[in-house]
Amino acid sequence: MQDMTEIRWHARAGQGAVTASKLLAETALLKGSYIQAMPEYGPERTGAPLRAYTRISSAPIEVHNNITNPSIVVVLDETLLSFVNVLEGLDENGTVIINTKLDVDEARAILKAPPGVKVAVVDASGISIDALKRDLPNTPTVSALAAVTGTVTVDALKDNLLKTFGHKFSPEVVAANLASVDRAVSEVKIG
Amino acid sequence: MAKITVLAATGNLMVAEALRQAEPDVVSAYPITPQTTIVEAYSKYVADGRVHTEYINVESEHSSMSAAIGASAAGARVATATSSQGLALMWEELHIAAGMRLPIVMANANRALSAPINIHGDHSDVMGARDTGWIIFIAETAQEAYDNTIISFRIAEHADVQLPVMTTLDGFITTHAMERCELLDDATVKAFVGQRTPINPLINGDKPVNHGMFASLGGAYFKVKHAERDANDASLPYIKEIGDEWAAVCERPFDFIDAYECEDADFIVVVLGSATGNVRTVARELRAAGIKVGVLRIRLYRPFPYAQVREALKNAKAIAIMDRADSFGSQYGPLGLDVRTALYDLPARIPTRNYIYGLGGADVKLAAIRQVFDELQELAAGSLDEGLNYLGTR
Repeated sequence: MQDMTEIRWHARAGQGAVTASKLLAETALLKGSYIQAMPEYGPERTGAPLRAYTRISSAPIEVHNNITNPSIVVVLDETLLSFVNVLEGLDENGTVIINTKLDVDEARAILKAPPGVKVAVVDASGISIDALKRDLPNTPTVSALAAVTGTVTVDALKDNLLKTFGHKFSPEVVAANLASVDRAVSEVKIG
Repeated sequence: MAKITVLAATGNLMVAEALRQAEPDVVSAYPITPQTTIVEAYSKYVADGRVHTEYINVESEHSSMSAAIGASAAGARVATATSSQGLALMWEELHIAAGMRLPIVMANANRALSAPINIHGDHSDVMGARDTGWIIFIAETAQEAYDNTIISFRIAEHADVQLPVMTTLDGFITTHAMERCELLDDATVKAFVGQRTPINPLINGDKPVNHGMFASLGGAYFKVKHAERDANDASLPYIKEIGDEWAAVCERPFDFIDAYECEDADFIVVVLGSATGNVRTVARELRAAGIKVGVLRIRLYRPFPYAQVREALKNAKAIAIMDRADSFGSQYGPLGLDVRTALYDLPARIPTRNYIYGLGGADVKLAAIRQVFDELQELAAGSLDEGLNYLGTR
């Protein structure tokens, strides 16, 4: 049987969810996995709610459709929680990772998370604003995902960031991104 | 030995890379979602000096195909890319490119046609071009879009083919999803595609010629069209030969069709493009449960490989034909018509159901595919009728 992890991303356009879905996939590819990462494109206007998907597998991935039963859900914008059922189809032992200042118990209460579901919180926007002076929560959130799920290792993620950002951005920006990875890994709380 | 780079790439990036490696003399293109990132990438290769291509920015797809026709007649290696309304706007030029027997390679990001407006993947656009005289590939994956694009140059430019080739991939599902892909090194691809040797090019002072001349009542026009029909039919062995040659280089199989477990299958689903993996996934489940099912994907849509399709389907008890486009006013969708034509020459009559699915990019859920396989069993048992069905609309 194919060993496949399916991840669904909830965000608003402009927060970097599509980039995050691809960053995670690329990192897994570098470690020899088969991958798929795709956005669900709607009207492309900043702030519109969107979904994106990542599949990571030990074998070639044949299916080409949306992920309806993910084992991991990532929420980059907590304001979505009031009108999007982010838990829809989530595995009963799955994990939700939310960019929020809330603590784990508060987040669980808002989500009405079933007992088997693990909820992880990280203030990715706060970390990004400190590190990059901009609210780009995707890199810290992917880092938190790596730390709590082990889907990819934090070291692999940093290697990939260094590789892809290394020739695009200044050394200061790369260093700030790497620092935001470390902070997210140390600050993420799960329960 | 070919050097292979494994990368995470979208279908559009893989097509752009194939174009870069084939390095056409002329690319004339107009951007349209979801094709845009192909021409965006290619124009950057031009700007960065990575290719020596005359890149013509045109004001519409009508002009992009017109420029491609002129450049190909002149003797250049030519490529372009489009999608949906853009392909529709090229309609008259598509016939001209094929009628003038001009090698042109065009990528198409398969997308719905308006109205209502929709930017997502289906086969409405490419099916509208199926009678234009172009050779048409429909890729399942980003990797296959790359392979199809590379062989398209050799096929189009082959001395005994001389036809335009469309290399298509499903909008967003394949164009924009990132997958694990393999890119062969430039030298290997360049050695494979070679250079175009034009036949009767316009730009040749020693042998002045005219192209696209007036062919009046009956006679000449009729003969040219007959020759065009023959050229299409006769292209199959060349497509196979070139595809096989590339298969040996890239170590991925090539055929007009891709038959999964069809040999002893009672129930077969025929499908095109990116939805195939979904159907195969369900077929694996059913095979594991002891139900003899198969999946037939058609990779080369024009010329339609009737003989191979017939051979693959001949032992089935019931067949589902999945169409991601409709042919309004006709009894069946485009693929439904072609597959039923192929089946007509079999001694036994096999019942079929034609399903229209996934229009406008509608998600192809595995549950819907399971329903199709279930219905095939009912069809074979005689408890369900043949006919055309919209899958999942109500």
